[in-house]
Amino acid sequence: MQFLLTLYSDESQWIKMTTEQQQQGVAAYAAYGQALQAAGVLVGSNRLRPSDTATTLRTTNGKTQVLDGPFIESKEQLGGYYLIDAPDLDAALSWAGKCPGVAHGIVEVRAIWSMEPASQKYVAREAAAAAR
Amino acid sequence: MLVAFLAARSGNLAAAEDALSEAFAAALEHWPAEGCPANPEAWLLTVARRKLIDTTRRLKYETPAEEHEFPADTLSDISPDNEIPDRRLGLLFACAHPAIEPAIRAPLMLQAILGLEAARIASAFLMSPAAMGQRLVRAKNKIRMAGIPFRVPERAEMGERLEAVLDAIYAAFAEGWLDAAGTDAGRRDLAVEAIYLGSMVAELLPAEPEALGLLALMLYAESRRRARRNPAGQYIPLAQQDVTLWDTALIDRAEAALRRAASMNSIGRYQLEAAIQSAHVERCRTGIANWPALVGLYDGLVAITCSPVAALNRALVVAEMEGAPAGLAALEKVQADPRMHEYQPYWAARAELLARTRAWTDARHAYEIAYGLERDPSMRQYLDLRRAALPHS
Repeated sequence: MQFLLTLYSDESQWIKMTTEQQQQGVAAYAAYGQALQAAGVLVGSNRLRPSDTATTLRTTNGKTQVLDGPFIESKEQLGGYYLIDAPDLDAALSWAGKCPGVAHGIVEVRAIWSMEPASQKYVAREAAAAAR
Repeated sequence: MLVAFLAARSGNLAAAEDALSEAFAAALEHWPAEGCPANPEAWLLTVARRKLIDTTRRLKYETPAEEHEFPADTLSDISPDNEIPDRRLGLLFACAHPAIEPAIRAPLMLQAILGLEAARIASAFLMSPAAMGQRLVRAKNKIRMAGIPFRVPERAEMGERLEAVLDAIYAAFAEGWLDAAGTDAGRRDLAVEAIYLGSMVAELLPAEPEALGLLALMLYAESRRRARRNPAGQYIPLAQQDVTLWDTALIDRAEAALRRAASMNSIGRYQLEAAIQSAHVERCRTGIANWPALVGLYDGLVAITCSPVAALNRALVVAEMEGAPAGLAALEKVQADPRMHEYQPYWAARAELLARTRAWTDARHAYEIAYGLERDPSMRQYLDLRRAALPHS
């Protein structure tokens, strides 16, 4: 099962940090990414550029508008994500708990709705069972 | 138990329930004509399993189980000779998972494990059937969609996870216990259902003293049900209850469970609460009270739970031991908690102690607040009588 870990934090804190603190922060995330990789859990991950560089599309009265800025203005902003493969929510929560983002922000965990039709798997399994 | 087994395999509680009810319908159709099969449970499971797979195929249900565990031989592993594995525990832990909203855990267990209908659960929890139904559906959806496992937690997380299960069972019991008069059959039965769940957990996790502690606590409380009201429906406080009305069989079961828990040498909230009940039972039966021991138990409970209710009850014991002024002094600390200001037993206790110090006006005032905060008619009547009995100053 795949889970998306989305990381929210107060971006304004980042620029207030010293270069040394920023380096430590980057190192913590790098180590976390390596741990996910080593465990064979990591599917993908990325850090996002600051939320004030976001552009939002929205349709009002049938007309699509392009707007400067993020969809939600809040104290914490979406700053990055990890896509991981874990057997169940408990395993995903355990990995999320180790994420450096938990220490200075919020981590949301959500299961991925896989697009592969469920029926195909069952048909294949039933066929395999019948063949035995 | 059948639902638990089906749901554990598919991760889909709602679909498991539907499949099983269809299987029961099929059984009603086939068994009278063809005779009851040798292993009815396995027959039902096999039929329900097929219905479940049909549904999954039809609706393309996205179940977590198919992602990681759904062996091809799931249908064949239920042969009539095979024992059906007990998945109820895994289901209980799923219902009380930290990712499930605490308030819905008890209703979810009652439905998933015991098969209670949403309407009955709704009336016990004083909620509209529609609202309860909606919340139950939402919670089952969450289990299915979020990938919550049907599994007994590892040793390291067992303490916290079991606490959530026990808390939900106790919440169900408390709902049943609130209906002291026993006029509402739905709520009265809820206490019995909660005791059933509690014995089940204690049986399936025999090495967990807190499970036994909770069972003992509920049995002690239940043993006094008939003595809590007089035939006219009036509230009788513990100290004035007719002990011959207590259910001795339940007390014996409670004592046995508590002894077994204590032998495991790992104290916890529910064992302490049960021990307090045990001490009260002993006091009322023999007329000999061991107040210092009770204060010690309450001290432990306050330390573990930080509960103002425990601190309140401790203050009442202090009053018995050292007199009402000492009890009132102990209440001062409880008073700091703003939750207490809306808590009827706090005001009733305060009124009682104030009356003992002959502070009639303050006592009257406290009884009036307690009366205003109470919903139960027999309790209200009791508080009103106590207030009226105060001499006018």
